[in-house]
Amino acid sequence: MTTQPIVQFKNVKKSFGDLEVLKGFDLDIKPGEKVSIIGPSGSGKTTIIRMLMTLEKPTEGDILVNGENLWHMKTSGKQVDANEKHLSKIRGNIGMVFQHFNLFPHMTILRNCTEAPIQVLGLGKKEAEQRAIEMLQKVGLADKINNYPFQLSGGQKQRVAIARALVMQPKVMLFDEVTSALDPELVGEVLQVIKDLAEHSDMSMILITHEMDFAREISDRVVFFADGYLVEQGPPEELFLQPKSDRLKNFLQRFSRV
Amino acid sequence: METIDIVGILMRGVTVTVSLLAAAGVLTFIVAFIAGLSRVSRFKTVRLLTTVYVEFFRGTSLLVQLFWIFFVLPQLFDIRLEPFLAGVVTLGLNYGAYASEIVRSAILAVPEGQTEAAIALNMSRFQRMRRIILPQALRTMLPGFGNISIELLKGTSLVSLITLQDMMYLAQNLRASDYSLSLKVFAVLLVMYFVLALPLIILSRYLERRASRGVAST
Repeated sequence: MTTQPIVQFKNVKKSFGDLEVLKGFDLDIKPGEKVSIIGPSGSGKTTIIRMLMTLEKPTEGDILVNGENLWHMKTSGKQVDANEKHLSKIRGNIGMVFQHFNLFPHMTILRNCTEAPIQVLGLGKKEAEQRAIEMLQKVGLADKINNYPFQLSGGQKQRVAIARALVMQPKVMLFDEVTSALDPELVGEVLQVIKDLAEHSDMSMILITHEMDFAREISDRVVFFADGYLVEQGPPEELFLQPKSDRLKNFLQRFSRV
Repeated sequence: METIDIVGILMRGVTVTVSLLAAAGVLTFIVAFIAGLSRVSRFKTVRLLTTVYVEFFRGTSLLVQLFWIFFVLPQLFDIRLEPFLAGVVTLGLNYGAYASEIVRSAILAVPEGQTEAAIALNMSRFQRMRRIILPQALRTMLPGFGNISIELLKGTSLVSLITLQDMMYLAQNLRASDYSLSLKVFAVLLVMYFVLALPLIILSRYLERRASRGVAST
């Protein structure tokens, strides 16, 4: 029996003005699957998950979450553009961690993690705080709950951002180059948290990353994008050790040379 | 006439000047928030109408606006406003237009990533504005608001021309009764406006210092 994919991209295209960054691709993500997306900068990787997070609207094609169309809805039999209510309903399944953390600077670490559960999920303050502290413990920052973001290091901020997203209990978690803005010595602590998460959680995870070893270690599947196309995908061993396309061979070579 | 007598007479106008400042100040900030938020509305018509209002009130003379509201409205539409109310409304609409630019630019200055993070947490448009954007924008707005309130205090002097007996009006009266008093009267007047402005100046300096401190990075 095949399970229904939790996320499906169907012939999705995206242009910014005249520039077509994604030229039509299909991609399925299964429940619980950990998928890394790699590729040269400017290949549209980030745009893929931004469309899923409803931060960018696809120019063409469909994105399905749990079989439901994200950007379109049916009104009296006709397919129309999704309104805010529709987007909000589906968006609740998805969480995201950003390259630049985007913590709320005017709130303590604890409030960063409880604001949405209280406001959006309607949890009581106690319950929200309990959940938040549990997640902050998971990322090793339970002692920072009364600090403000500016008092934290980059790596700590990013771990808070992960906890903040986890508290919402999404089914799919998106990671957008989450270590790219960090000092090299802080990368490890963030990757470790994500690794633990990948091992112990049944969430689906989609990671945009330049950390090849990390991608290889935690992913069930690696997808290679270049020039707006999905060029190649497969299990990490296969993709990294026996790349089929020249484009991927070139890309990996450049990486190993560094 | 001694300087102290002049001060005594002008003091009778302080209440009018200060209550005008207070009432017009409240209206200014209400207008500023409504217009400032409308300027960043997602509805084009709302943005357009507000822009017209803002540019009209910024682009025409405050004095002419005051005369329109006090002298022309009664003739045209039979709307009669008390001098005090006419003063408050005109000052509020005029300075509100300027202050709305402060609100608008402070909202736009909050990094896009804040909105995106709030969307990713599935907050509604209202929650995003109320809980994430405005609290951060407010810090940026406060020094500008301080400046506007100082401007507003000075602007109140124009209401003397629609018969309100503020400090300026009383000074003009004194001068008209004895032209030789001009220097003394207007020297005293300058000092009195400055003394009234002083708390506002100190407040806005304090707010400026506070806004530039800490809590910058995310």
